[in-house]
Amino acid sequence: MELSDSVAVAQARAGDSGAFRVLVERHSRNLFRLAYRMTGHQQDAEDVVQETFLRAYRQLAKFDDRASFGTWLYRIAANCSLDLIRARKRRGAQTEATPEEGAPDPMQSLPDPAPAPDRLALSGDVERQVTAVLDGLSEMERTAFVLRHYEGMCIDDIGRTLGVQPNAAKHSIFRAVQKLRRALEPLVSSAS
Amino acid sequence: MNHLTEEQFVLYYYGEGDGSPAVRAHLDACEACRAEYAGLQRVLNVVDLAPVPERDASYGEQVWNRLQPSLRWDRRPGLPWLKLSWWPAAAVVSTLMVAAFLAGRYYPKAPSATQTASAGQVRERILLDAVGDHLERSQAVLLEVVNAQPGHPLDVASERERAGDLVAENRLYRQTAARTGDTRVASVLDDLEPVLLEIAHGPDLLTPEEVENLRQRIEGDGILFKVRIAGSTVRRHEEKAAPAEHSAGQSKL
Repeated sequence: MELSDSVAVAQARAGDSGAFRVLVERHSRNLFRLAYRMTGHQQDAEDVVQETFLRAYRQLAKFDDRASFGTWLYRIAANCSLDLIRARKRRGAQTEATPEEGAPDPMQSLPDPAPAPDRLALSGDVERQVTAVLDGLSEMERTAFVLRHYEGMCIDDIGRTLGVQPNAAKHSIFRAVQKLRRALEPLVSSAS
Repeated sequence: MNHLTEEQFVLYYYGEGDGSPAVRAHLDACEACRAEYAGLQRVLNVVDLAPVPERDASYGEQVWNRLQPSLRWDRRPGLPWLKLSWWPAAAVVSTLMVAAFLAGRYYPKAPSATQTASAGQVRERILLDAVGDHLERSQAVLLEVVNAQPGHPLDVASERERAGDLVAENRLYRQTAARTGDTRVASVLDDLEPVLLEIAHGPDLLTPEEVENLRQRIEGDGILFKVRIAGSTVRRHEEKAAPAEHSAGQSKL
């Protein structure tokens, strides 16, 4: 029978490495997706996943059993991503996000080209523009937007994750949407 | 009739807030707002389609395999820990690697072109391995401080000794990384060095305040995180360099 997160956490706390492994295997892909959305780089996302589980391991004793383990991990991953983005900015090494060597062409991974307007709209220009706008968002805007838009986290949880009031999280999302809209609307309109 | 605000559109799109029925009713009645909302939907739907590289079903297992060596299960997770068993062997191996690297670098023979390329790659692998090892050992020293029990003094006598050794290595690797153009690793080593120096030149027994100051410095500047990332980057380069060892071509540190 499959271990629930709460049982696996309890067993891992008692020193059961197999239980922690279950948690790692269960949540890695979701964490990678979140980290990639936040950092925009595959390798950075891999590092964030690794670091998230290391931090989770170190802080397992502090985890509140009443909370969702997945949400707790998300919070750690969001903070790891922010740490990485800040470190990258400090080093002045933030480069324009370009497809990484060996990575599949993201356009190729889209579903078969049925002539839906959204599919038509996702031209190379739009793709580049989305990346550029996301890269241009502040840390708070990007994190709040990614957690709300891609991960479906409610605003209250986003506020808790970021350590800010829900109102601040909400306004970060508004600003992010405004910037995306300003940049993408002309392209989307002309493509549809 | 007052039109809906952009904020109301956004909250409605995400199903947030308690005004959804009212917003729905307004959209049904107002063509201008309906058009405005449709514009927002188009943009956000397009953003939603931006792809993420896929990770297959074995990804979790791969993460676990990379993670496992860093975890220690003979102590309970979440409590201060330090992996000591590999320390003496790692130090010896690292020293030998550095010696081998320097010997290869400063006392070259006169090889053929193929031999030169191959020897260069071997030296590079040795260096990568040594730098990876150095970063892991530095990480262990930093972790001892970061994981210290708050409000208690901390005996760092053995870490002081190790930090002293690591400072000398750090300088060598930092200079080499800068020379070979690997600014990322050079920058991390540059950040790491003052912390190692502070530990090496500090007292054997740190007061709770000193521990806290050091912890804040390590965590505030993200040094531990950067060291981990640089370590994993170096290890990846090392893995890539391994199969290419017998072929021509070079890669960076």
